[in-house]
Amino acid sequence: MPSRHRAILILASLTLLALFSLGLALTAGSYRVTPAEVLAALFGADGGAGGADIVLQLRLPRALAGFACGGLLALAGALMQVLLRNPLADPYVLGISGGAGVGAMFAILLGLPALGIDGLAFVGALAAMLLVFGLAHGDGSWTQTRLLLTGVIVAAGCGAVVALILSVAEEHKLRGMLFWLMGDLAQAGSPWPPLLTLLLALAAAMPCARELNLLARGLMPARALGVAVDRLRYTVYLLASLATAVAVTTAGSIGFVGLVVPHLVRLAAGNDQRLLLPASVLAGGSLLVLADTVARTVVAPQQLPVGVLTALIGVPLFLFLLSRQPR
Amino acid sequence: MSPLLEARALAVEIGGRRVVEQLDLTLAPGERLAILGRNGAGKSTLLLTLAGLRPPAAGAVLLGGVDGAALPAREAALRRAWLGQFQNDPFGSTVLETVLTGRHPHLGRWAWESSGDAELARAALAAVGLHGMEERQIHTLSGGERQRLGIATLLTQAPPLYLLDEPLSHLDLNHQMAALELFAAMAREQGVGVVMVLHDPALAHRFCDRALLLYGDGRCESGAVDAILTAATLSRLYGYGLRQFEDGGRRCFIPE
Repeated sequence: MPSRHRAILILASLTLLALFSLGLALTAGSYRVTPAEVLAALFGADGGAGGADIVLQLRLPRALAGFACGGLLALAGALMQVLLRNPLADPYVLGISGGAGVGAMFAILLGLPALGIDGLAFVGALAAMLLVFGLAHGDGSWTQTRLLLTGVIVAAGCGAVVALILSVAEEHKLRGMLFWLMGDLAQAGSPWPPLLTLLLALAAAMPCARELNLLARGLMPARALGVAVDRLRYTVYLLASLATAVAVTTAGSIGFVGLVVPHLVRLAAGNDQRLLLPASVLAGGSLLVLADTVARTVVAPQQLPVGVLTALIGVPLFLFLLSRQPR
Repeated sequence: MSPLLEARALAVEIGGRRVVEQLDLTLAPGERLAILGRNGAGKSTLLLTLAGLRPPAAGAVLLGGVDGAALPAREAALRRAWLGQFQNDPFGSTVLETVLTGRHPHLGRWAWESSGDAELARAALAAVGLHGMEERQIHTLSGGERQRLGIATLLTQAPPLYLLDEPLSHLDLNHQMAALELFAAMAREQGVGVVMVLHDPALAHRFCDRALLLYGDGRCESGAVDAILTAATLSRLYGYGLRQFEDGGRRCFIPE
């Protein structure tokens, strides 16, 4: 029996997890900052001068950007899984990260600065989104299978272009390209664009949450139960695509957060979207912040791209979930 | 009082082929109508059109006196329920969560299901013989149990009109009769209207007031079951000779 009371309890405990992960991200690192110094820095009290700079200038923006990206990816993943009615869908399945990848690789190839890379990545993501929508919607049928196939093909095409650029790029640009492709929070700029997008996307998705429960059960049954299916699907496609585009623009294509987190939440708390969507945001954000904290401390001063870590955690976890999923 | 369902000069097309043409039909409260025809004759498509879930090729469908095409989805869901032929569930869910989805059109945007809704849901499960299975995962149900869960979801939706596409599929004999008795009782006691696609003319004769025969080429024929469900018309409809037997007012048809 779905109940608001239970949902609030679960969301409250996930909020604690999120706060814990952010706290850990602020204290951990090669320069040790105590929790007291972190609090002092956050609330403007004087005290830890050197520590305060590191916390406010370096760690806080990165942790917030990480949280926002993790939340965006998990939200987009949950939405895509409902839209395509496919538990194996993830935010990248419709080619949005592929488009962003092509844009970013092209920008790096041209030697553009960070802003140019972000800009072209976002343009690439939007172009892929419009292309997939246009092709899948062309004759108005806009079925799940057609959407999925179009997305997969566009993603494959983007992958080919990325491979082409990688093979003609100069040696010294390859490392930057690879890090972008694997997903890396060191390249994240201001955390505000992804954070704001996350808030807006969640605020737009939540009012439709019960309708999404019905959509997951099929188009016709949902329509028969009173869901304006076409409008809902356009909204979901737009929200999921924009969330993915902003996340990928901020931190590259970080893998598996968008696929695994909704499944983890579903396994623990059920498939009610009213709970699943906000819980995925909190869990996805926390997971990415924790993974990034490990990625930049485990072989410090060397930093690993966080996408490698989420994939290393995600692949076995997902295979485990898949093998115990009753069919 | 306006009829629950009305079709005016309705035409239905499948892939550019007219399967129903110039169909006029009204269904008053308490009436039960059977739709019969061969495979591919357009029974399911007609039912979808009558439910307002598919635009008609021509003509209009009125639900409770209002044009179905002009009704917002949620308003339509309060006027009719539709049972589809196929139930598939890519995501896990419990039986109780599934049956509660029927309450969707009755709830506000931010509302959660109340204990009153849960009571309705449990009563609906009991009505189809699924009591005690509230916490079962739906993919552990048998085909017949899944079908009865679909019927229970319609009962929680509680509209005045039920459109059922092969409601008896996967059901054993006992549950076939129970499902038909259930809708017959609802028609008698609460005055709901029922339209069902059936493949057994004997059951159609026993549990419906009228029958609509679809020939698949645009022609259709309707009338009271006693007059229209005869060996002669059914032999023509199915393209296979049938013999008719009567026993205490009930009919049965046997292929020659």
